[in-house]
Amino acid sequence: MAGDVRPAPPGDRSEARITRLVQISFIAALGALWWLATNVWGMSPILLPKPQNAFSELLDILGSGEFWPDLLLTLGELAGAFAISMTLGVTIGFLVSQSPTYVRVFEPLLAGVYAVPIILFLPLYVLFFGLGASSKIALGATISFFPIVLNTIAGFTSIDKLYVTAAKSMGASPTILLRHVLIPGALPIILSGLRMGFTVALLSIIGSETIASLAGLGHRIVNLAESLEIGRMFAYIVFVVVIAASLNAVVSRLEARRSLDP
Amino acid sequence: MQKQDISVQIQNVSHSFGVEGHAKHVRALLDTTMDIHRGELLALIGPSGCGKSTLLNVIGGILSPTTGGASVNGKPVNGPMPHDIAYVFQENALFPWNTIIENIRLGMLFQGVPKADHEGRARAALKAVGLSEFADHYPGQLSGGMRQRAALARALSLDTPVVLMDEPFGALDEQTRMVLGEDLSELLSRTGKTIIFVTHSLGEAVFLADRIAVFTARPGRIKEVIPVDEPHPRKASFMTSDKFNGLRNRLFELLHDEIRKTVNLRSGSTGGF
Repeated sequence: MAGDVRPAPPGDRSEARITRLVQISFIAALGALWWLATNVWGMSPILLPKPQNAFSELLDILGSGEFWPDLLLTLGELAGAFAISMTLGVTIGFLVSQSPTYVRVFEPLLAGVYAVPIILFLPLYVLFFGLGASSKIALGATISFFPIVLNTIAGFTSIDKLYVTAAKSMGASPTILLRHVLIPGALPIILSGLRMGFTVALLSIIGSETIASLAGLGHRIVNLAESLEIGRMFAYIVFVVVIAASLNAVVSRLEARRSLDP
Repeated sequence: MQKQDISVQIQNVSHSFGVEGHAKHVRALLDTTMDIHRGELLALIGPSGCGKSTLLNVIGGILSPTTGGASVNGKPVNGPMPHDIAYVFQENALFPWNTIIENIRLGMLFQGVPKADHEGRARAALKAVGLSEFADHYPGQLSGGMRQRAALARALSLDTPVVLMDEPFGALDEQTRMVLGEDLSELLSRTGKTIIFVTHSLGEAVFLADRIAVFTARPGRIKEVIPVDEPHPRKASFMTSDKFNGLRNRLFELLHDEIRKTVNLRSGSTGGF
């Protein structure tokens, strides 16, 4: 579908280049500041390691492959949590959207719970599901369920009634209406809900790993902090940031591809 | 073509919105009866809120009237009749997530046309409205006039004997309306379809219609039916003829009083200024 996108006016291209340049300079400036603070201004390496040290630690981590078990565990938890929240969120959201009464009753309830910081219930999840992967999957699924279900409701209820009337006047059966009008009409909003759900699932899983867990990337970072291996901890933080950013980029890309501008 | 064949019959149709006695209760349409002949172009014109769109929706089976009923080709209307009636909506109602040709094919899929016929009929309909080159564009990439043409192509591809149009050119500028009106007269005179369309434009009504039903202010009734005795396809020169202007002036007089009534009603209810 990439070919369907309207060609950008000539001004847009150079503007995009400038935007990218500013973004890169910002990251470079942060790096420079880090280097200056540790190498020139003499900041304690316990608080902040030298970037070159963190970098060599990163090379060691990547070279030895010791990150694999933690990475696979965290990604596995993320996949499990997201699979659950996506299935439940989209299904329940669709069912609720089918009746204005259900929407009136459940939408405020769901929106209310969404506003609660569910991470507070982590101790309960650990009690119920243990310190292992199950509690992370359950928590991640719970937290990411809400943006998905709310956006699914919003997606299906925001479709212009005119499209439905038009389709019915042409004889569309309920299944054909669902497949060709309701789903494509709701898709952009559902996809943005899925992207938000994915992001909060990743955040809550890594976050809960740092609080109460036996393994995983979050667990590894806290362990290194506690044993004062600050250089290696920073290397892991950089590693997680790159993984999270790439996952986000992939998901955003999928979203942009599937939802066409009307 | 037998002129006396009745295609659409409207019998004592009244419609109210809301519950009687309630503040929001509105009597939109009052005891309307009319026969529309096969192959006829009927224009419905009247002040806003006079129930002309309501009547169109009753004929189209989108709205069931409070009393009375309509029948199309002898069949009573109890809901959408996709094989008898095609609709062109005020705001085209093309699905923005599909290309123009996909929109037209979807209409046929909804109606139940065999898949093998979709492509050919869609291309023919696009050609008829002069949009062949824009088959693979999305509605958002076309101008308002082109979108309205595409919506017309979708209605034509359904090959129904009756086409209903609710202010099909309402959102367009004067020049675009004029050109579309000419094309429509040309196109529809060839198809022999029965067309009922709602319009606000006096000129459009006179230029396109065989008969014009003028509505009173709310609650709407048909005040008078004016025949326009001019063969199709009508040329642009018809618009400058004395006959055209005579009919247009006649319409203006009929409507002027009614429109005054609605305007007075409105300024009265808001306290005036």
